[in-house]
Amino acid sequence: MTLEWIGDALLLLVVLPVVVYLLRGVLNAANSIVPSAHQIAAAATAGSKDLDATALLLTTQDQVKTTIEVAADYGGSLDVILDDAN
Amino acid sequence: MPAAGVVMIIAVLLIVLAVVYYLVSTIVALQRITKSLDDAITGVVGIIEKSAPVDDVVTSINTNLDAGVTLLEGLLVKKAGLSDAVGLVEGLYPGAAAEGFRDIPDSTQTNAPRISEVYTKGTLTLARLGREAPIAAASPNGPALRNAAYGSTAARALYPEVRQSRPNAMPRSPVIGTDSPVQYEPSESPGVRKRMPVPVAVGAQAEPTPSPETGGVVKSGLAFLRRLKSDDQ
Repeated sequence: MTLEWIGDALLLLVVLPVVVYLLRGVLNAANSIVPSAHQIAAAATAGSKDLDATALLLTTQDQVKTTIEVAADYGGSLDVILDDAN
Repeated sequence: MPAAGVVMIIAVLLIVLAVVYYLVSTIVALQRITKSLDDAITGVVGIIEKSAPVDDVVTSINTNLDAGVTLLEGLLVKKAGLSDAVGLVEGLYPGAAAEGFRDIPDSTQTNAPRISEVYTKGTLTLARLGREAPIAAASPNGPALRNAAYGSTAARALYPEVRQSRPNAMPRSPVIGTDSPVQYEPSESPGVRKRMPVPVAVGAQAEPTPSPETGGVVKSGLAFLRRLKSDDQ
């Protein structure tokens, strides 16, 4: 009978607090991750949205190519029209 | 049932309740984390997909721009000469002479002329369009329109022909005074002259003013009609 009371005391005074302590630590750690995960998700979404303009790079690429072609044509004409310095 | 058994059952129940409570809370938190990570993964995948062609496109753009820079720098140096070209770029973009031209390493050693201190930016923009440009004064291939050291009015000829030849093409301002070659008679009514003035060459004798004794207004009017007739002939 005495051993049973000792076991009850151990359960209530040792095991239960230890279980509660450990599980509370796990819960606190999980809860602390939630805001960080939200921030990561928000940042990734914003970053993806910022990159929506990358499609315009294709237009820029074409425009740059056209501009350089025009500049080359203009430079060729100037090369014919103007005398060289030397 | 002994009391110790009842207490044990209660203790075990408390432990199980605590475990259930905390584990359920943890599961809920992990589910929220999982949802956030799913959103993050979706965003990251979008970033990866959208940035995939950026490397090729930017490389292509840089290649074209490099070709453009090479073209324009080469053309400028070919037409203006290295020294004037560096001076021109320095005038438009202060500090650029220190960096020099990318394809011409020697350009950093060039002693650039201080073009921007003499000519305005507009002139610099139009500069080197030919040896007629004022900046071409330093060109070694022939005389330039403007003497960079002493010229002050020759640059006028760069602009449309309006008043450049003013001293030769425009009438001189009238000379007034009692000893002026053309004497204007006082008018009896404002704005009406008794006779039109006749230009007289500098140094020539002025036509004597008719006096009332020698005919006055009538004689000067006849003289004017005679001159007009002779001009028509």
